[in-house]
Amino acid sequence: MAEAESPAVVASGLKGVASDWADDKQAFHVPWGKAMMWIFLLSDTFIFSCFLISYMNVRITTTVPWPIPSEVFALSFGGEPIPLILIAIMTFVLITSSGTMALAVNYGYRRDKRKTVLLTLATAVLGATFVGMQAFEWTKLIVDEGIRPWGNPMGAAQFGSSFFMITGFHGMHVTAGVIYLIVVATRVGTGYYDRHRGGNYEMVEIAGLYWHFVDLVWVFIFAFFYLW
Amino acid sequence: MTQSAATHAEGHQQHPLGIYIGVWILLFVLSGFSYAVDYYHLEGALRWSLILIFMFLKAGFIVAIFMHMAWERLALIFAITLPPLCLLVFIGLMAVEGDYTYLTRLQVFGPAAEIVPPAHH
Repeated sequence: MAEAESPAVVASGLKGVASDWADDKQAFHVPWGKAMMWIFLLSDTFIFSCFLISYMNVRITTTVPWPIPSEVFALSFGGEPIPLILIAIMTFVLITSSGTMALAVNYGYRRDKRKTVLLTLATAVLGATFVGMQAFEWTKLIVDEGIRPWGNPMGAAQFGSSFFMITGFHGMHVTAGVIYLIVVATRVGTGYYDRHRGGNYEMVEIAGLYWHFVDLVWVFIFAFFYLW
Repeated sequence: MTQSAATHAEGHQQHPLGIYIGVWILLFVLSGFSYAVDYYHLEGALRWSLILIFMFLKAGFIVAIFMHMAWERLALIFAITLPPLCLLVFIGLMAVEGDYTYLTRLQVFGPAAEIVPPAHH
């Protein structure tokens, strides 16, 4: 199998899967940090899935009507309440941040330090905006509408516990992501990666994976909690 | 070694900007569609199927393009995307269990028993 060691004959497709897994060598041809981030995200997928599945379970089991999210999350700007408008704006903010992150990764590969730093920081600012809007939403629900983890005036008591658990855990991920992005942007900007990693900006892509995952989770929360 | 094999071997992911901008716009459009499903009060099977279609399209584009999964080697793609399929079994089990609990509650407490106001009201 000496031949298989040489990168010149790396197989692709299903044969590639077999040789990548079977040989006594590195399985994933990516930087180790990236493989580890993917495995962390896989585990996080299971955590968020457990939350969403438990939400599905309590929603199926309750004999009391489930509060209508479209009305609970409506917001009025002086006139008629617009259904779900705050959540729609939050969704757009998060997608915008995913776009700026994708561009930051791209400019990182182009070794354009200035644009990488600016786009990463823009992503962090949009993330912070999202968390701010979420804080506003929580305040409105707790103070104005009397929603608590153990009950609410609109219907099924489990609405509050599901809502605070799922969006709270997601908001915590966004907050952690903002801090992570600020650290990465600072390190790109101050030349830390140029000094310590031979000018390799792969950390930007790894941070990007985390950030896109946070956006990905929101796609599922938006569909199952707010729209369903 | 071809250029593309070389870049894959190092996990190097540099792609034209146009792809990202295109997917970005697509995500906005799909989110707009998702919101429209709620805004126009679509109901029943149409509502649920549209929500799921837009959700999976958005999730797919984020993972494939933004997270570069489309350009990774199959070994990594399988290692990350296949394990979550177990969740389908979990969802199925919990849905069956949920129905059972719901029917039991109806039988024991009667419909909407929990919203009957307490006696002192």
